[in-house]
Amino acid sequence: MPVFYETEIASRLMLGTAQYPSPAILAQAFRRSGAGIATVSVRRESGGDRAGQAFWDMIRELGVHVLPNTAGCHSVREAVTTAQMAREIFDTNWIKLEVIGHADTLQPDPFGLVEAARILSEDGFQVFPYCTEDLVLCERLVEAGCRVLMPWGAPIGTGLGLNNIYGLRSLRAHFPDLPLVIDAGLGLPSQAAHAMELGYDAVLLNTAVAKAGDPAMMAEGFARALEAGRLAFEADPMEPRDMAAPSTPVLGRAFT
Amino acid sequence: MSKAITIRGAGIVGLCVATELIAQGARVILRDPAPEPGPTACSWWAGGMLAPFCEGFSAEEPVVRLGQQAADWWSAQGVKVERKGTLVVTLQRDRRELDQFARRTKGHRLVSSEELAKLEPHLAEHHARALYFKDEAHINPRMALAQLRDWLVLSGVVFEQSAETPHGPVIDCRGLAAQDALPELRGVKGEMVILRAPDVTLNRPIRLLHPRFPLYIVPRGDGVLMLGATQIESEERGRTSVRSVMELLSAAYALHPAFGEAEVMEIGADARPAFPDNLPRIIRKGDTIYANGLFRHGFLLSPIVARMVAGLVTGDNANPEFLAHEYHG
Repeated sequence: MPVFYETEIASRLMLGTAQYPSPAILAQAFRRSGAGIATVSVRRESGGDRAGQAFWDMIRELGVHVLPNTAGCHSVREAVTTAQMAREIFDTNWIKLEVIGHADTLQPDPFGLVEAARILSEDGFQVFPYCTEDLVLCERLVEAGCRVLMPWGAPIGTGLGLNNIYGLRSLRAHFPDLPLVIDAGLGLPSQAAHAMELGYDAVLLNTAVAKAGDPAMMAEGFARALEAGRLAFEADPMEPRDMAAPSTPVLGRAFT
Repeated sequence: MSKAITIRGAGIVGLCVATELIAQGARVILRDPAPEPGPTACSWWAGGMLAPFCEGFSAEEPVVRLGQQAADWWSAQGVKVERKGTLVVTLQRDRRELDQFARRTKGHRLVSSEELAKLEPHLAEHHARALYFKDEAHINPRMALAQLRDWLVLSGVVFEQSAETPHGPVIDCRGLAAQDALPELRGVKGEMVILRAPDVTLNRPIRLLHPRFPLYIVPRGDGVLMLGATQIESEERGRTSVRSVMELLSAAYALHPAFGEAEVMEIGADARPAFPDNLPRIIRKGDTIYANGLFRHGFLLSPIVARMVAGLVTGDNANPEFLAHEYHG
């Protein structure tokens, strides 16, 4: 099971907590999938006087690890301030770092991301950066202190799946020992299974589950796909080949 | 039924419960810190849509089933109910959202651009495809609150301006203020804008499905339109953010560019009281019955909740659907 900053998590599924029809359905999705980490946005929900407290208490009651995020931050300063606020509220050094560089595609700002990751790592945070699959960017993030990388599969909320298999595969090959998590862009369990087959350690989802007609059922679908994909990875799958190879030899078959 | 029942909270739930109890011959006192319906009650900021089928997209089944009774109840109270249905549209880019909405809701049909032009000529200038929920309705929520109150005064209900806990049998309809007794109750912030848009005439509520900025627009007559509403897990009341207003107004502008010329009349925010499943609950604790958690369905479900509470008080219905059985307060 994946280990993030010395903490082992009992599931390869991480779930966001936004956009569910109700907190009760959110809790069902966690129960039914066994997801091990809940990401929480502190920015929009915060308001004055910790007005998001009631919702945050419900997230804590899920009994899973809480990973606060800096969703919606468009600058280094905003992201750093939000991370500090999150540390206070949730009493954790974990932070999922998002620095958005483009309002329409919600593409990460790689330059701001590295800068914010460095500032936060030096301040004792354990940073989970939401990044692209760019190898050079990922190297810089590791240099800045990140011990987890969270490349996107596709832009947030699109459900397009893994857009750059080559890039994700080479990232895995380049960082064989670093936990890698597909963050964003997944819409279907088969895409999550594919991420596992590539050797990724976990996936983080929100929209695909929260906006399904039955979120709890979809969460379970993802959990099972992750298990299947991981088993396939660990079983060392066969290599594809051009030559057809019958699984039963036909030579010498007497009567057909 | 001779002992007077005190209802705490004269928002939408309190007023509806009073109306139902009066109909059963009860003596009722309504107690609220505010002198009359106004901005301190979250029902003041409501949209006034009676749209059980559209709400079914994200709400639980009882909202759809029981919400269908709301329009008749409001008519019976003499409130003007506009029974013109709801139209649901998307921007060109998000067409598939409409298919999904259609799959997950009932009571609608797809209308052609010709029919849309007859129903809403201004909308048809920019939209070719819409879902029509013909059995839905809307009311003006502020007028409805005032009308219920006036009628209750005429019926002999005593209004006390007070926040004190009363003695004797109490029905607690204080909304979010009842968090002191109902720990599972939380606030869900909503923000809204009221516009006067003489260049855009709409006859019925319009819902714009959008992956980031969903919007509904409810006509209030005389060119006045209510735009709503954000839904944020925050208990903050009263403060409206620039971002939320920008999102609501941008969505309206994308729906029809003539909204660019509209006049902003009012911007408001409050927090809706909700339980974790976002369904109402009726809770009995000693001498007090709590009716709360109407979430975004105050005008849609308060009549039904009120009827259930009245049934509980008279003993006609000892086990109403929203009665919370396993409450550990």
